[in-house]
Amino acid sequence: MLYQDALRLLPELFLAGSIIVLLMYGVFSGDSKTRSVVILSFATIVAAAVLVWRMPGGEGVAFAEQFQSDTFTRYAKILVLIGAGSCMIMSMRYIERANMARFEFPILFLFATLGMMMMISANDLMSLYMGLELQSLALYVVAAFRRDTLRSTEAGLKYFVLGALSSGMLLYGISLVYGFVGTTGFDQLNQVIAGLRGEGQPLPVGLVIGLVFVAAGLAFKVSAVPFHMWTPDVYEGAPTIVTAFFATAPKIAALALFVRVMSEPFAALTDQWQQILVFVALASMILGAFAALSQSNIKRLMAYSSIGHVGYALVGLAAGTQTGVEAVLVYMAIYLIMNIGTFACILCMRREGRMVEAISDLAGLSKSQPMMALALCIFMFSMAGIPPLLGFWGKWYVFAAALDAGLTWLVIIGVLASVVGAFYYIRIIKIMYFDEAAEPFDKDTGAETGFVIGLSAIAVVGLFVFLAPLENAAKLAASAVFGG
Amino acid sequence: MLEIGLSHYLTLAAILFTLGVLGIFLNRKNVIIILMSIELMLLAVNVNLVSFSVFLGDLTGQVFTLLILTVAAAEAAIGLAILVIYFRNRGSIEVDDISMMKG
Repeated sequence: MLYQDALRLLPELFLAGSIIVLLMYGVFSGDSKTRSVVILSFATIVAAAVLVWRMPGGEGVAFAEQFQSDTFTRYAKILVLIGAGSCMIMSMRYIERANMARFEFPILFLFATLGMMMMISANDLMSLYMGLELQSLALYVVAAFRRDTLRSTEAGLKYFVLGALSSGMLLYGISLVYGFVGTTGFDQLNQVIAGLRGEGQPLPVGLVIGLVFVAAGLAFKVSAVPFHMWTPDVYEGAPTIVTAFFATAPKIAALALFVRVMSEPFAALTDQWQQILVFVALASMILGAFAALSQSNIKRLMAYSSIGHVGYALVGLAAGTQTGVEAVLVYMAIYLIMNIGTFACILCMRREGRMVEAISDLAGLSKSQPMMALALCIFMFSMAGIPPLLGFWGKWYVFAAALDAGLTWLVIIGVLASVVGAFYYIRIIKIMYFDEAAEPFDKDTGAETGFVIGLSAIAVVGLFVFLAPLENAAKLAASAVFGG
Repeated sequence: MLEIGLSHYLTLAAILFTLGVLGIFLNRKNVIIILMSIELMLLAVNVNLVSFSVFLGDLTGQVFTLLILTVAAAEAAIGLAILVIYFRNRGSIEVDDISMMKG
């Protein structure tokens, strides 16, 4: 029994054990060995991904139903580990150049990744909270990791205050749900609430208020409007590699958690949360499109872009159907690939050893670094949703699912918002190709970053051929949530 | 004689929670007060969970409370650490001064 449980938890146990070993290694050998800690951390992530893929314990729950492992958790965890692994390998040279090469950095990344895996696999509101906090506490620290600069510490402080506020709201919601249903387990919640609805009894008011608080707390974590205010400041202030991490792995994990919580324990309350999600998705798409228009800092622009993308992903969840969840999962994978590529390009924006972040610094990139300009051009077209690039298909799936669910006007507004959004993506391409050339960037970016850029560019251009396997994987994952 | 029931505890928790949220948003003076407000919110949740736990006759809520207390301690430690490094760079912890990035 214990053996079977431990087997199901094996990827997390392995990651936790490796973190402790790496921490010891770092402590005893000092900051001079940071590079080897990063490489070992990367190897750990790869090994954890293999374990997740193999699923040694099979599907099922473990440890008093606190934890679950199925095709959904496998899909989401693989995405998270891809995001974390890419950021880890790109951080190797970045942290040396940015004068923050301390061995704690990769360790904190790994702790955050472990927290994400725990929250994706949570099968109880209690383990959900513990996973979420493990992730958040590590992320607060990495946001403020350049402790000698005002911007980074300010980002850390803002992220901490608003993150703690969102945890508080989530917890208050959880306490009300617990009180009015009498349990915190996902499966029991689902059964009890379905029972209440089946008997046609009026819903307890406390349960609905609790649901609203839980949804608000989760919306904070995915940075959906109206709980997005921390995102631009934190993305701008944090070191660029940390911003890249924020935009990929934790966002995927929080979206997966959002999907799971809404469509498993609260499946019987779909009519209640659907209205919240329609509003949140709508507001995120519109704000993401319009607020980004006037930005001049590329990291801030990416923050608004990610708010918009979360809006599109939540359109799929707002549909409240299995196809909707499937579309969200496809969208998450596509969003991950596009964002890793874009941030790898942003990491290359350096002049004379200093990071530059203004969009105007990209001027004339097509002449000094044609390959990087081409890659960034592909990513921008993809984010804008130009067919046949990957970004178009992501939007296609979510909008198709929402149309099936009868949310026609939401789709119309979504398409209009993506037209507005296309403006600022294409403006970047215009600056790169047609503006007066600025000074070229430093060329010594390192092979890993170039490799990540190349791989994601190829994926964005060519992956639509392999969209069917991705869709099948997402279908399998979504059926795990709806199959019971 | 007034009987103290579940609704009294819930009202108390709701008031504490609202005070915590207001403390974060209305306070213009000092970040330390924000940290205190966060603690207040978490303690309001604990009051909620413990009273539900007692009235439902179910231990889960109390176990949850213990976990929240531990996490809250870790959270306060990290929050204060970030505040210290922020103070070193800025020389002030007034809320209105935390405005280097805007837009």
